[in-house]
Amino acid sequence: MIFIVIPILALLAMTAFAVARIRDLWAAVMFTGIFSFLGASWMLILDAPDVAFTEAAVGAGISTFLMLSTLALTGKKEKPSKVAVVPLLVVGITGAALIYGTLDMPAYGAPDAPIQTYPNPSFVEKSKQDMHGLPNVVTSVLASYRGYDTLGETAVIFTAGIAVLLILRKNGDQEDRKS
Amino acid sequence: MESGFMHYGYVACSLSILVTMTLALIRAMLGPTVFDRVLALNMFGTKTVLLICVVSFLTGRQDFIDVALLYSLMNFIGMVALLRFSQLGYFGETESESTEVSA
Repeated sequence: MIFIVIPILALLAMTAFAVARIRDLWAAVMFTGIFSFLGASWMLILDAPDVAFTEAAVGAGISTFLMLSTLALTGKKEKPSKVAVVPLLVVGITGAALIYGTLDMPAYGAPDAPIQTYPNPSFVEKSKQDMHGLPNVVTSVLASYRGYDTLGETAVIFTAGIAVLLILRKNGDQEDRKS
Repeated sequence: MESGFMHYGYVACSLSILVTMTLALIRAMLGPTVFDRVLALNMFGTKTVLLICVVSFLTGRQDFIDVALLYSLMNFIGMVALLRFSQLGYFGETESESTEVSA
């Protein structure tokens, strides 16, 4: 599969470069759609069809529509900006740190990776005792173990939603005060 | 995993689809007009669907075909949204509503 993965990653890099450099925002939205399709294909090749489904539906479908709706309210052209050295350095250092962080990660599919060894004894063995005799392991994982995960995600999305609403409400309030 | 002649056929097929995707991406980058870019994006989406189908046959994972179907639907919806936006310039119900918000 390496002969498919490497071209897809190269195309991803090309698309990201195009998104960063292009000044026509309409075309940039289009390139984000392409980026999302490519990313989803890559996830599919990494054997994660569920993540690829979500990426295709949210990234290529809804977010394209949302960005176009934003463009309808703002302009279609971006103002030319100067080359900023400090942000470039910060991004470069952060990227280098992230790449350095991946160096001691276990190999893909290694049997001694934490994901294979950590829940030991496994959820299958502990589930019945933890869940006070609930017989279905799938239910206990989805509804109980992952419940905390979902609670945290919901809190994050709620916070983001409040922030967006606060930003979007600002203009409406001023108009109300005028009238 | 398929073996023998068919395997090489799938490999050659996916490589040529990847070349076509690269060409479409280059056209989308260069494309002077809106229509070049729209065509390039649509073709890119179609080629993604084809690539996923070929990969699913290459690896013997037939369930990837479902994802390919979803991709083609997403491609269609995104294309309709893009074309509608480039024709009208907004998604609102009425022209006056749109100008009111942007003012």
